[in-house]
Amino acid sequence: MADTLPAAHAHADAHHATSTGISNEKMAMWAFLASDCLLFGALISTYILYRHKAVAGPTPHSLYDIPFTSVSSFVLLMSSLSMALAVAAIQRGDERRLRVWLSTTALLGSVFIGGQIYEFTSFIRRGMTIKTNVTSGAFFVLTGFHGVHVTLGILMLLSLVSLSIRGKIPQAKAEVVEIAGLYWHFVDIVWIIIFTVIYLIP
Amino acid sequence: MSDLHPTVAPGEFDAEHAVEAALEERRAHPPDSEYVLIALGLAVLTAIEVGLYYLKSNYTTIVVLLILMALKFSIVVGWFMHLRFDSPLLRRLFVGGLILAVSVYTVTLLMFGVFHF
Repeated sequence: MADTLPAAHAHADAHHATSTGISNEKMAMWAFLASDCLLFGALISTYILYRHKAVAGPTPHSLYDIPFTSVSSFVLLMSSLSMALAVAAIQRGDERRLRVWLSTTALLGSVFIGGQIYEFTSFIRRGMTIKTNVTSGAFFVLTGFHGVHVTLGILMLLSLVSLSIRGKIPQAKAEVVEIAGLYWHFVDIVWIIIFTVIYLIP
Repeated sequence: MSDLHPTVAPGEFDAEHAVEAALEERRAHPPDSEYVLIALGLAVLTAIEVGLYYLKSNYTTIVVLLILMALKFSIVVGWFMHLRFDSPLLRRLFVGGLILAVSVYTVTLLMFGVFHF
């Protein structure tokens, strides 16, 4: 198997005593992300199915604030950059920069979540709750689920910062950060789909 | 492991393997500036998407929006998640799940008559 891997990764994975040469943790994360595609696929499809089925009350499309959501999307995209820089930092053995970039990622994620809370509050004040109609229900469940994923990601990042401060994430354990990074980038790609399919396409 | 570290006679410099290893290393661990450039590209694509939203909506706009979305998705998965440079097994695992999800839900939405052609 090792000879099918690029040389650099073969070196990195050489210490994993698995038949694939990939650590079980990394494999499990990719398997989880593949299965999460099905979960978000179901939620996005449900929204698409119900988007024009509201019989009463305002619909999400009539209340969207696209400039605001665009800024939120930009913030989440930039958090993917800081996450990638965090992974690169620990792979170089730079623990100080690892903490800086992980904290930046958690901060950007928190800004995104703050924006989502503001958006939800604004929708509820204007008369659209999860129970208003099927469209609003599908919208809140989808974006709420995504928000929960981002929140869990923030907790994961803060745990990593805490572990790093205590010196428990040396360069040899860079894969731990890489795995957390995979999860973080995944919530970003899910938002890329939600932003286009739910917000931008009429 | 022997195939990864071919035996070279003492004092002999294996230039071909050294260059190959350096290229692989750069691909697997790109410099920070490359990540910044990728993020800038993603920001530009997002700006184009938002610009398209304010244009008159028609099928062409929707198709372009979906293409831009797929492009952004691929860039994040390929570069930020390193799937382009990682083991083919991981690629197959993730792409398999993705194809399964897209197929299942496309068929479901078609059955409910969501798409009008």
